[in-house]
Amino acid sequence: MTMSVAQQIIMIAMVVLGTMLTRFLPFVLFPAGKPTPDYIRYLGKVLPSAVLGLLIIYCFKDVSFLSGSHGIPELIGVAVVALLHFWKKKMLLSMAGGTIAYMLLVQLVF
Amino acid sequence: MNKRIQIGSAFLAAFPYTIPIFAGFVFLGIAYGIYMNSLGFSAIYPILMSLFIFAGSMEFVAANFLLAGFNPMNALFLTLMVNARHLFYGLSMLDLYKGTGKKKFYLIYGLCDESFSINYTVNAPKGIDKGWFMFFVTMLNHLYWVIGATIGGLFGSLVKFNTEGLEFVMTALFVVIFIEQWMKEKKHHSALAGLGLSALSLIFFGGSDFIIPAMIAILGVLTLFRKPLEKVEVAA
Repeated sequence: MTMSVAQQIIMIAMVVLGTMLTRFLPFVLFPAGKPTPDYIRYLGKVLPSAVLGLLIIYCFKDVSFLSGSHGIPELIGVAVVALLHFWKKKMLLSMAGGTIAYMLLVQLVF
Repeated sequence: MNKRIQIGSAFLAAFPYTIPIFAGFVFLGIAYGIYMNSLGFSAIYPILMSLFIFAGSMEFVAANFLLAGFNPMNALFLTLMVNARHLFYGLSMLDLYKGTGKKKFYLIYGLCDESFSINYTVNAPKGIDKGWFMFFVTMLNHLYWVIGATIGGLFGSLVKFNTEGLEFVMTALFVVIFIEQWMKEKKHHSALAGLGLSALSLIFFGGSDFIIPAMIAILGVLTLFRKPLEKVEVAA
């Protein structure tokens, strides 16, 4: 390790600062005491569904569809989770089922 | 109801929702601790970094910063890029975090992907204080992550059973939460826009660069179609 401890602390502090900027900025810009602009309130309503979609895709960011297992275990895993959830609506069951299916696929099949 | 009972019941109400995160975070935390260990860092690094940064994927990246050489501005900008999605969480939580008092600072501090998705979609059970409920969801998630990183950092080299694929539990969580939100809403324009535009962005820009273009595209489309989408909101 070429950095001194002080330099390492500064580097970690920068990551903390960057992370906190992205979390605190909306609350600093639109404080609770003042009326929030209509456009921002609108975004607050429609963004969550879109962001949850973004999060799912985010989980696929390191999956290679053109090589290796072509993302097949991931897609099957997601399908198992979705089917179980539409069927039984039990959060833990859907997650456990999908995860176990995925683990079996990557360990034994692919 | 006195305050202590109120806080206690909020904890008991919050705990079950965090069980899946417990599984995911302890596992990912251990993986992170092992990773740091393999790079030659002592356990104190994953412990302190998981405690202070509390943004999973970013901590793996941060480990590489520490090896790459002293360049604080580069670290700051890369962090802003990777974590930019938090801006959307903040905008979504503006109303829900209102009136949570001193807890608000910590709620914002701990606004990770998992805390956001649970706190936004789960309605606290009847009679349970939503502020304390969200506080405990956030705190338990934070705790699980630190526990995992600590175990991984200290004992990482001893783990032997085949855990390959266990990380899928986080994907499963997001899929379940997406479906929960899907079943709650009458129209799915926004959900489909988020899914579709992010997928397109991933195809065009690749895994390491897709988030910012995806966010811009989502913002653009939601802004462009504000009029018709607002009608849907009012009607719903």
